Amino acid sequence: MKSDKVINKVDLIFRKSESDEISVIKRVLEKKPIDIINNIIDSGLRGRGGAGFPTGLKWKLAYEQNSTVKYVICNADEGEPGTFKDREILDVVPQKVLAGMAICAYCIGAKKGYIYLRGEYFFLANKLEEIIENFNQKLKTIGLDFEIQLYLGSGAYVCGEETALFESLEGKRGEPRNKPPFPTSVGFLNKPTVINNVETLVYAYIITDIGPNEFKKYGTKDSRGSKVFSISGDTPKPGIYELELGMTVEDFVKEFGDGDTKAVQIGGCSGKCVPRKDFATTIIGFEGIPTGGSMMLFNSSRSMYNVLHNFLEFFCEESCGQCTPCRVGYQQLLKGIEAVKKGERPASYLEELKKLALTMKVSSKCGLGQSAANPFISIVDNFKEEMIY
Amino acid sequence: MNEIENIVKEMFKKYGKSRTALIPVLQSIIRKKRFLSDEDIVEVAKLFDLSSAEVYGVASFYSFLDIKPRGKYVIRICKTISCEMKGSKEIIESIKKMLKINLNETTKDNKFSLLTTNCLGWCHKGPAMLINEDVYYDLTPEKVAEIIEFYKNK
Repeated sequence: MKSDKVINKVDLIFRKSESDEISVIKRVLEKKPIDIINNIIDSGLRGRGGAGFPTGLKWKLAYEQNSTVKYVICNADEGEPGTFKDREILDVVPQKVLAGMAICAYCIGAKKGYIYLRGEYFFLANKLEEIIENFNQKLKTIGLDFEIQLYLGSGAYVCGEETALFESLEGKRGEPRNKPPFPTSVGFLNKPTVINNVETLVYAYIITDIGPNEFKKYGTKDSRGSKVFSISGDTPKPGIYELELGMTVEDFVKEFGDGDTKAVQIGGCSGKCVPRKDFATTIIGFEGIPTGGSMMLFNSSRSMYNVLHNFLEFFCEESCGQCTPCRVGYQQLLKGIEAVKKGERPASYLEELKKLALTMKVSSKCGLGQSAANPFISIVDNFKEEMIY
Repeated sequence: MNEIENIVKEMFKKYGKSRTALIPVLQSIIRKKRFLSDEDIVEVAKLFDLSSAEVYGVASFYSFLDIKPRGKYVIRICKTISCEMKGSKEIIESIKKMLKINLNETTKDNKFSLLTTNCLGWCHKGPAMLINEDVYYDLTPEKVAEIIEFYKNK
C-alpha cells in the first residue's frame, strides 16, 4: 500500500528571526549556562554534520571541564559529496551561526572561536570576515568576552573529521587523532573544545530563542526536529530544503524523484545506498539511515558500477594515508571491482571485497576508512548484476 | 623585506605568531603565485623556525597548496558523481580541446592549468568548476568557452 503522507517542509533555519541575534544573546547572559545547556539537551538536538552526537551533552561535557582556556569551533568544512547546505546557511543567515557559537561560548566558558571554512568556499570569506568583525564588536558592547575568527581549509575532505580539523587549524597535516580523548576534553591546542557543524549551531541558537518545545514539535522520538537536505542527481528540483526528520525514502522519492528513481544515496559517498525495493521501509533519520543531508537520486539510466567506482576513486584520493586499512583498503576495493567488471576475477570475489570493507570498518582510525562498508556493501549487494556485467 | 617575509609578518599579525599561521601563509603565497616553489618552502620554514621537510609535508597534504608549477589561472573541474551525471566529462573534453592540453597540464604560455577536484558543493547546479578562487556552475561547453575566453583576455 502506498502512503499518502506528504513531506513536511519546515522553515526554521532560513526564516527571518523574530528577535535579533544580539538581543537573544543578551537574554542568554542573564541565565545560568547550565540552564541553557539543559534546554538544548531537552530539545533532543543531535549533530547535523552526520555523526549525530547529542549537542547538549557535548556542550555539557565541555562545560564540566576545569580549564581556563576552551574553544568553540564551527565546522564549515562541508566536503561530503552531495552536500552544499552549510554554504547556503553561511551565505544567507551567517548571524545565526555566529550567535550559536556565542551562546555555546557563554555556556562552556570559551573566549575564542573559529569557523573552519573549506577552501572551496573562499568566495564567501571576505563577506564573512566583515560580518564576523561586526559581530565581535557587538559582543564586546554587551559584555561577552568572546571573539570569532575565520580560518580557511585547503582542499582536504578528511579535515571535516573533527580531530583532523584541529590538526589543520594548528598548521599541520590534517591527519585524524586517536579518540579518546574526545575534543570536549582534549581538542584544539589540546584544550577542551566544542566543535559543531554549521547547521547544528543554528538549531542551537533557534532552540535557545524559541524554546525546545517548538523544535520538538517536528520529527520523531529518535530524530527530533528538522534538517536541511542537499538534493541532487536525477531530480526535477535539485536544491536545498529543510524537511522534518523521520520520513521514509518513499515519501522523499515521491516528492523529489523523477518518476524513475532506482536508488537514493543517503549521506554522500560515506553513506548508504537504498534501492527501490527498500524505499517504503527505510526511514531517513537516526532510527533508519542518518545523514548529514546529502541526498543523491539515481534513475534507471545510471550505472551503479560507475557510481561506486566514482565513490571509491574519491576515497582513494582523500584518504590521508596515515592508517593502512584505509590507505590500502580503498585502493584494493577499487582495483577489485575493476577486475570483476573486466572478468579477470570471478563474481564471488565481490564477497572477499565485502569482507575487506568490513575489516576497514573495524580497523580504520577515523570515519573516512570506517565508512567503506556503507556504500560498498549497499551498492554491491543491491546491484550485483551491474557490478559483474 | 621580500614578498614572503611580508606575507608571514601580515599573517602573524592576524593569526598570532605561532604555527597556526602556517597554512594561511601558504594560502597567501598560492593566491599570489599559484604554486609553492622549493625556495618558498625553505624560506617559510626558516621564518617559522621549522624544518623545510615539515613545511613541505604540510603543503603536500592539501590539494589546493600546489607544489608543482601551475599557470596563472588554475582550472579545477568537479569530478564527483553529481557533476559527472550532469556532464562534467564533456566539459573537461571541451576545455582540453580549447587549451590544447591534457588534464594536469599547463598551457605553453603559462596561463592555464587544467585539473580535476572533488566535490565543490554545487551539486544542484552541476557541472561546476573553480578558476583560481572563482566558482562557475551550470556549465555547458558554450558557457565554458566564453569563460575561458574571458580569462584569456584578462
